Amino acid sequence: MGAYAYARPTSVEEAVSVLASAAEAGQRTQMLAGGTDVLVQMRSVDRDPRTLVDVKHIAETNRVEIGSDEVFVGAAVPSGVLNENEELKAIFPGLIESADLIGSTQIQGRASIGGNLCNSSPAGDTIPAIIAAGGVCVIAGPSGTREVACEDFLTGVGTNVLGDTEFLLGMRFPRPPARSGDAYLRFIPRTEMDIAVAGAGVALHLDADGNCVHARVAIGAVAPTALLVPAAGEALVGTQVDDAALAAAGAACSAAASPITDKRGTVEYRIKVVGVLCRRAGAIARDRALGN
Amino acid sequence: MAEAHDYKAIGTSPVRPDGVDKVTGRANFGADLNLPNMLHGKVLRSPHAHARIRSVDVSRALEMDGVYAAISGADFPSGAEGDIQGEGGGTVSDLAQNIVARDKALYHGHPVAAVAAKTPYIAERALDLIEVDYEVLPPVLDVDEAMADGATLINENLHTNGDTSQPASNVAGITKFERGDVDEAFAEADLIVEGEYRTPTAHQGYIEPHACTATYSEEGKATIWCCTQGHFDVRSLTASVLGVSVGDLKVIPSEIGGGFGGKTVIYLEPLAVKLSEVSGRPVKMVMSREEVFRATGPTSATHSRVKVGAKKDGTITAASAWIAYEAGAFPGAPVGPGCMAIFAPYDLPNFRVEGFDVLVNKPKVAAYRAPGAPQAMYAMESAVDDLARELDMDPIDLRLMNAADEGTQAPYGPTFPPIGIRDCLQAAKAHPNYTTPKGEGVGRGIAAGFWFNIGMQSSAEVRLSEDGTVTVVEGNPDIGGTRASMCLMAAETLGVPYETVRAHVGDTESTGFCNVTGGSRTTFATGMAVVQACEDIIAQCKQRAAATWDIDADQVDWTDGEAVPQPGVNVDVQPLSLADIAGNAGRTGGPILGRASLNAQGAGASFSVNMADVTVDRETGKVDVVNFTAIQDAGTAIHRAYVEGQMQGGAVQGLGWALNEEYVYDANGEMENAGFLDYRVPVTSDMPMIDTHIVEVPNPSHPYGVRGVGETPIVAPLSVAANAVRDALGFRIPDLPLSPPNVLAAIDDREGA
Repeated sequence: MGAYAYARPTSVEEAVSVLASAAEAGQRTQMLAGGTDVLVQMRSVDRDPRTLVDVKHIAETNRVEIGSDEVFVGAAVPSGVLNENEELKAIFPGLIESADLIGSTQIQGRASIGGNLCNSSPAGDTIPAIIAAGGVCVIAGPSGTREVACEDFLTGVGTNVLGDTEFLLGMRFPRPPARSGDAYLRFIPRTEMDIAVAGAGVALHLDADGNCVHARVAIGAVAPTALLVPAAGEALVGTQVDDAALAAAGAACSAAASPITDKRGTVEYRIKVVGVLCRRAGAIARDRALGN
Repeated sequence: MAEAHDYKAIGTSPVRPDGVDKVTGRANFGADLNLPNMLHGKVLRSPHAHARIRSVDVSRALEMDGVYAAISGADFPSGAEGDIQGEGGGTVSDLAQNIVARDKALYHGHPVAAVAAKTPYIAERALDLIEVDYEVLPPVLDVDEAMADGATLINENLHTNGDTSQPASNVAGITKFERGDVDEAFAEADLIVEGEYRTPTAHQGYIEPHACTATYSEEGKATIWCCTQGHFDVRSLTASVLGVSVGDLKVIPSEIGGGFGGKTVIYLEPLAVKLSEVSGRPVKMVMSREEVFRATGPTSATHSRVKVGAKKDGTITAASAWIAYEAGAFPGAPVGPGCMAIFAPYDLPNFRVEGFDVLVNKPKVAAYRAPGAPQAMYAMESAVDDLARELDMDPIDLRLMNAADEGTQAPYGPTFPPIGIRDCLQAAKAHPNYTTPKGEGVGRGIAAGFWFNIGMQSSAEVRLSEDGTVTVVEGNPDIGGTRASMCLMAAETLGVPYETVRAHVGDTESTGFCNVTGGSRTTFATGMAVVQACEDIIAQCKQRAAATWDIDADQVDWTDGEAVPQPGVNVDVQPLSLADIAGNAGRTGGPILGRASLNAQGAGASFSVNMADVTVDRETGKVDVVNFTAIQDAGTAIHRAYVEGQMQGGAVQGLGWALNEEYVYDANGEMENAGFLDYRVPVTSDMPMIDTHIVEVPNPSHPYGVRGVGETPIVAPLSVAANAVRDALGFRIPDLPLSPPNVLAAIDDREGA
């Protein structure tokens, strides 16, 4: 039997080199940020030995920067840090709320939205919010960095585009203009300590007359990966985001969903509820854009 | 109502004696014991819900480095006969086969073999090396399938009620009883309400998984440390499976992290003893949460039909019920208590009930808080709610009109002594949560609950220390705060401060026999033993005082914790306190020790009435409980806060069962949600504050009037939730749980969406 190993690189180059040499030696590696998924998996689902590469000690993965055009959130930034950043909360209330849905206060001291994305669960709560907010993944590898839109980052249940020698540095978000709002809602049978049966994130901008000029809608837990639903965004653009427009967006989400029946809900249930969530999240995002 | 008593200790709510250790983590639970050279045991479980076992070969596992023992069914005695004692009953043979399968695996997760190794990881790897040859059989997964003609037989040698003149069946037993002329009484009814209901398989959901450590000595004796609701039962059950004398086993109970009936039985203990015997080392076994779900508990899923007939004025003329309970892989569903409880709140001259104990390929059911009553009473209380609607009557008035009372012959036979159902109904009617109009879109539900409560055998010793402090020693593991209750009753009886009394739960060799902590019996029966043991102390203290004062013992009174001469006895002496007498005991006859043992009779039934307001999100099917009120007869509340705690805890457990908890099985009989993420017990934020109102109709059979309170609280919430959702939606959903997918599907069906 092999043994567990732990690496703690302090620079991007060192992290890439740890990954590269492990890949060369045929050793299994797993990135460790807050560990709120990884440690649980190590104790239950998959106990086989591997090298854990801790990315918490690299400056770039811990960086939060709010620029005039762009916001950067490092992959290892704990959601507890995001929750306490009032400026970020004002810019992306929906995204921050989605992070705040995951785990207790103690867990949020470790859990990160980058980790949530890399875990690539179909039900990851921050993922639809990241996609709706236009997040772009910044990926480090042997030949430098590359960028992938968040909706293209995910390839299946628990899988993504990261190669053996790559890791997520962080996410870039375009800074939304005035009269913008975002929101994320998920459905769980309980109030906490649960996993989304369906989720929907909406981000939109309104013009001075309250007409929607830009909208992105993403859904979670209703397909192998979280999905951007362009038709839902299009249903909102050019409207006052009224009930009819929201209903059309909800219908587009239901149409885009391809869920399974499992212990958490049936196909019919998830298709219906993801539409309901889109409508409700859309109304919240609109009200936020209107400053209500 | 209760006559007023000038109690000093009883009815207060002091801090529990075991509290600090539990909140600081100092208390030792089942998995906390470690011994030198200890090995770790793991269980190989059947991956099939139903399969014949052709062979089990553990030899490759034994060859693995670090493995010290590997055993299977062949290592245990076969042909064990006789019945076992305990809340669930059953036979030794069934128990033994449930511990480890012999010829057949009867549920997914059924133990087939076990190993002991240096580390848990090695033990798990060793399980992969055990070779089992299965012939997979089709699984039987619910009562309807099991009772159908031509059903696959789970046990080819099982005949209904043991009647071998009939073909073998999955129905282990049929219980029937009837009073009056039911058919004629239905004919006399102006109105008949009928319903058909289902409840899902539900687990007790105790937070602490089963765990034990066993060590076997060369002289053929074993010591077992484990978390259990009754270590004397662990001793007798383990002895029967191993084919040894109870005198060969010593069982030491740890603290217990919940049981709710599920820890009145054994799973790991015989395996751990056998692994220790084979390896020559102590062996610890701890279940994972997944194992707890797959192979322990649960309680029966049920299918029932109820019919109630009434006159226009609300008088119930007749009721009948057909109730079928899943037993799991072996006979023993709590259908008997279900049949006995279903009509208990009512004075019914005419009724009929028929119950079925049905085998299915699921884990053998275990006792769960008021075993059998919540499911049966869910059906009846739903039907009574529908009856009130049909009659356009207040549901409390309807129940009051038909309620049992002192002198009513209970549907299950005995004549009720004083009972509290009417007091509970009246308290509900006057409660602000009932008199306040319900809000917009809110549904309100109400239902009655009941549990028999039991007495059974208990022993207690009370020891006086030399400074007058008191130690109570008894044999019931403390689940619900019983140490505190014992200390309160001892303090009250002796007339000393609560803080000077400590309670100790002794092991099988350091205290007298006690039946399990179950049946809501401990505060009643063991409490009675403690009171009697304290009276024994008082009698001895009076003798010591009399000897000191040179008067007769019957000239001494015991008042406020002191021996005093009776009025009119002409001696010039100072009262002697318990501390005075204890300090002088060496000069007046030696240490003072009180004791009592008894088989308690007259456990008073505890009735309840619960109500709740709910809202239903019609677009997601989510039910939110806005408020919940638990009203229950406690006889006399010994520790008020813990009585309220039982009422609140039972309400939350019952609401979880009503709203979200269920076993989800795939077509092969494998449970898909064997974890707390997807087996959804409520979390704190799901629940409103549970309001409580304690009714006290003292039980004449207990020195302080105690009725057990632990089980009744879980009974009513199932129908309370269902009746409230019925009120909110305008139609009834008869099958639990009222989970969001089920509720939304029902709404869509109704609205043709």
